[in-house]
Amino acid sequence: MMRERSKLARLIMRTGQGGLSIGLTLLGLLLVTFLIARVAPIDPVLKVVGDKASKETYEAVRREMGLDQSLPVQFARYLKSVVSGELGTSTSTGQPVMDDLLRYFPATLELSTIAILLGVLLGIPLGIWAACRHNRWQDQLIRAVSLLGYSVPVFWLGLVALLVFYAKLGWVSGPGRLDDVYQYTIESWSHFALIDTLRSGDMSAFGNALSHLVLPASLLAYFSLAYIARMTRAYVLEELSKEYVTLARVKGASEWHILWRHVLPNLRGPLLTVSALSYAVLLEGAVLTESVFSWPGIGLYITNALFSADMSAVLGGTLLIGICFVLLNSLTDTLSRMLDPRTR
Amino acid sequence: MVTLFTLTLLGAAHAATPKDTLVVAKNIEDIVGLDPAEAFEFSSAEVVSNVYQNLIQYDVKNPNKVVPGLADSWTVAADGKSITFQLKPSAHFASGNDVRPEDVLFSFMRVVKLNKAPAFILAQLGWTPDNIGQMVRKTGNDSVTISWSGDFGAAFVLNLLAARPGSILDEKLVTQHQKGADLGNAWLNQNSAGSGPYKLKLYKPKEVVVLEANTTTPVGAPATRMVLIKNVVEPATQRLLLESGDADIARDLGPDQLTAMKARADIRVETYPQAAVHFISFNQKQEKLRNPAVWEAMRYLVDYDGIANRLLKGQMKVHQAFLPEGFPGALKETPFKYDPEKAKAILSKAGVKDLSFDMDVINAPRFMDMAQSLQASMAKGGVKLNLLSGTGSQVITRYRARKHEAIMLYWGPDFFDPHANAKAFAYNVDNSDGNYQSTTTWRNAWAVPQLSSKTMTALKEKDPTARATAYQDLQRDVQQSSPIVVMFQEQSQVALRSNVKGYINGLTPDFVLYDKVVKQ
Repeated sequence: MMRERSKLARLIMRTGQGGLSIGLTLLGLLLVTFLIARVAPIDPVLKVVGDKASKETYEAVRREMGLDQSLPVQFARYLKSVVSGELGTSTSTGQPVMDDLLRYFPATLELSTIAILLGVLLGIPLGIWAACRHNRWQDQLIRAVSLLGYSVPVFWLGLVALLVFYAKLGWVSGPGRLDDVYQYTIESWSHFALIDTLRSGDMSAFGNALSHLVLPASLLAYFSLAYIARMTRAYVLEELSKEYVTLARVKGASEWHILWRHVLPNLRGPLLTVSALSYAVLLEGAVLTESVFSWPGIGLYITNALFSADMSAVLGGTLLIGICFVLLNSLTDTLSRMLDPRTR
Repeated sequence: MVTLFTLTLLGAAHAATPKDTLVVAKNIEDIVGLDPAEAFEFSSAEVVSNVYQNLIQYDVKNPNKVVPGLADSWTVAADGKSITFQLKPSAHFASGNDVRPEDVLFSFMRVVKLNKAPAFILAQLGWTPDNIGQMVRKTGNDSVTISWSGDFGAAFVLNLLAARPGSILDEKLVTQHQKGADLGNAWLNQNSAGSGPYKLKLYKPKEVVVLEANTTTPVGAPATRMVLIKNVVEPATQRLLLESGDADIARDLGPDQLTAMKARADIRVETYPQAAVHFISFNQKQEKLRNPAVWEAMRYLVDYDGIANRLLKGQMKVHQAFLPEGFPGALKETPFKYDPEKAKAILSKAGVKDLSFDMDVINAPRFMDMAQSLQASMAKGGVKLNLLSGTGSQVITRYRARKHEAIMLYWGPDFFDPHANAKAFAYNVDNSDGNYQSTTTWRNAWAVPQLSSKTMTALKEKDPTARATAYQDLQRDVQQSSPIVVMFQEQSQVALRSNVKGYINGLTPDFVLYDKVVKQ
């Protein structure tokens, strides 16, 4: 009974600490992005009133936006509105930032989830295989492929992929999430194109959504795969050089047995972290990919907001990405602890 | 990846655009609002032009002239201070409601009361929220009288009324959807209440604008049922969409992409002069840039032909006066040519040595290309040009605060009257820091009392010929001696599938019209 109680107390304490840590991280993130937005040499009022508005209109909007207040007052007001779920109105879209985020984020989530699934499913086996074939041609081939994925600009590769598979061969659909014939007949229920088209019961629309996903998802998957394969290879090689592996070999264990029973179980934690990090990067918005493929996702949203001094949108988008990072990190920590007793 | 590819290979990748639908690939990220009282960006302007009508409108073939819109005739009062418009008795909105004098008053009143960016255009008539009820009056079942308080002619007033904020809205429909004191602003940014050839069917910010034909419009039903203006930011992507037949028109292709397009039989490229003029200007708050010899030398240090023809391959046309060609009174003379030796001699005679200055420039490819060319051409004249690149918002923020040394930017007139640009380039009566003015003169701290007086005289001139002459004089003054070097007039190069006919792209976004487009 006592042991159960102490376990419960530890759990409550750990959850409390976790919550506090997440809260402080988000507060820090809000403060930093708020300050960057405010000290940037960009006038956010301009976006609302245009470059040619009268002085009176300009001043009225400046007051309306609260920019005549001191920085601490502005930050306090911003915090208060964030806590109440109010992220302001985007000056670029004219919509509440929260509505925008709910519309744009699913596009990124859909794309990056498919990409990371492909990246993990292909990247980890490739990394393991490369490590097992250390310095042989298979290893060199996988290293070359992943190096290419790591170093070639995504922008360029995206355009080449579009040119070859969309424009020349016509195998897949081009930019956007759906063809025009479907785009305005399918109800945006979840804002996930695959779910919405499936829900509509129109399988040709579903196929079209899938066809639009192929190129950007494959491209992003390739970049994740390159990173995951390289990291996996390095981890496996490091593990294979450890004493316990040598001992197992001396004892006559097969390489296959060593890999499956000893090495990989020890790498569950690091591989999980690498995959989560890679996912977080994708969620942050593969900006250039979204730009090349006219993919209306969060990366493109934040970038455009930055260029047009739409600070409510920038702050809202950054907060969302920050929350994703924090949640993914927490989830990864928890899972790592569950999978690897050494980290408990 | 393999599975995905296999799945998609089973279905057809390309779905051709329907024949009654026009798909336009364009960057529409500049749209802030589609309410005519708010729309002030290039992309929103062209949507408003296709959706709304004014009492009178510019003639598409000759924009120097206004022609009937929702009013079929008008009479200027003897005192020259008011105009009475007769509304077309049969005109009605897309909703089916008749067009009434009350709609005219409501439309103008909401522009003035909302006081958004374009409100200043109508405010020039002396209209305020308090007096608008007296300045715009119903004078009969089909007539409305408009008065103004400024000292200018009816021609100028007609030009203002034909501008975007002069769009006439369906009062009954808008008032059903107003929230609080917004006079329907939020609703009108997602819907429309006009009588133009199209209705706004859907607007997804940064994604698409969908226009649907209004078959009951007084101007005659459009030939194309639906227009989809898709947001495609990347010019390279626009090119692919056009080449694949997934778009019918690509609006933002770069010079090299357009060159490639010209070789294709299924695509044609058309060039349309635009009203925007591009210039470099020198902030007179900077001591080293106040010497008129510096201004003069700079006019010989621009490689006009090189930039217009070789670098930007026709996306700019050499133009050296502040009124764009196509405007009444526009000066076509181009007296300056690239001549670094002459520039050196001018600077040397004035005792200017080792001139070096910073120039703010927007970091978009076209601007950077031009700026780098200027850097090279000025170096040959012994002038060191340092480029300070930034986003449009950054550059304009510095410009507004008069913190720049030099700047390279463009200016598009806000309405189709020479005064729009004359006020920007030749008027500044109060140069104090606290008197913010959205003009190139004030922003460059260039005080011009004499030119200001000439500008106002030209505005008051009622004879069109004399007025045009007055603007030509003003342009010569600015062209010969000012810290503003006008270099180019923009040209829009549009690539269209060869089966697309009837597309109209005039001098300003108000003349981008889709209602005559047919896909053969």
